[in-house]
Amino acid sequence: MIWLAILLGAAGTYLEKLIGFILPATVLDRPIVRSIAGLLPVALLAALVIVQTFATGQAVSVDARLAGLAVAIVALMFRAPFLVVILSAAITAAVLRAIGVAS
Amino acid sequence: MELPPPRRRAIRSNALGIGLATGAYGLSFGAISIASGLTIWQAQALSVLMFTGASQFALVGILGAGGGIAAAVLTAWFLGARNGLYGLHVAPTLQLRGWRRLAAAQLTIDESTAMAVAHEDTPAASRHAFWATGISVFVLWNIGTALGAIGASLLSEPEILGLDAAIPAGFMALLWPRLKDRLSWAVACGGGFVALALIPVTAPGVPVLGSALVAVAAGIWVWRRA
Repeated sequence: MIWLAILLGAAGTYLEKLIGFILPATVLDRPIVRSIAGLLPVALLAALVIVQTFATGQAVSVDARLAGLAVAIVALMFRAPFLVVILSAAITAAVLRAIGVAS
Repeated sequence: MELPPPRRRAIRSNALGIGLATGAYGLSFGAISIASGLTIWQAQALSVLMFTGASQFALVGILGAGGGIAAAVLTAWFLGARNGLYGLHVAPTLQLRGWRRLAAAQLTIDESTAMAVAHEDTPAASRHAFWATGISVFVLWNIGTALGAIGASLLSEPEILGLDAAIPAGFMALLWPRLKDRLSWAVACGGGFVALALIPVTAPGVPVLGSALVAVAAGIWVWRRA
């Protein structure tokens, strides 16, 4: 099942990359395509942040992940590198759980 | 036209720097994949075959959260759509045929396109920047993935280390540089809100797909206003 998702996903993302090299520019290079394609990652990544922070299956829950996200945002505001952002979130959650403040 | 050696060196060292930075992303991608239930080989296959970070993180995150294959694959495709526009932009400068074009397509991502665009004043420099960055990122992203996946698979319970909290932080780090004006903030807030509202009423994975409608609506609005 996971392999099917990997292969289908990779085949599609490769075709997307290839299309830009093969199709004549006039087909894809339209203002509406450009504006939607530019905004899609913004909406999807924001949704992924929310879902991965609050969702436990179909339940909405507030737990140590939210504290981790808050610390990550502070790290991003200070222009911390990616690895520091990730680690600060993970360590925050791990510490809060270890001392029993959050689940 | 031959590229002057100093400029060639400058491009290569830049490309290496970008590769090392993305290698660190790769490290966390590998670790998060294992925490989401993938095997080392599955994480590695994604980094070789898919090779576009946001789509990879999304696919793994949605599968790990219990979302279906369809939701995971569709979200990965939606996130990868921008690479098509990148190809459109770099193809005239690269001027490739045959297998080189097939290889260049796989290397067409945020970083290689940005470097090619940065050197657009000189076509030879732009081509060199594209290949150097694409290859550097591909190699180091895959090494990072392998190290992260192997490292995380040695742990018995990734939750104890807070790896589940690293996932939203990772998406936030990918989102952050794209929040550059009021429109992008509005779309991010709209997408996040739609996703939150859909969590209790749809299957895992669907809330993320639902947020794509916000991008489509905003894109149409911008287009009609222009």
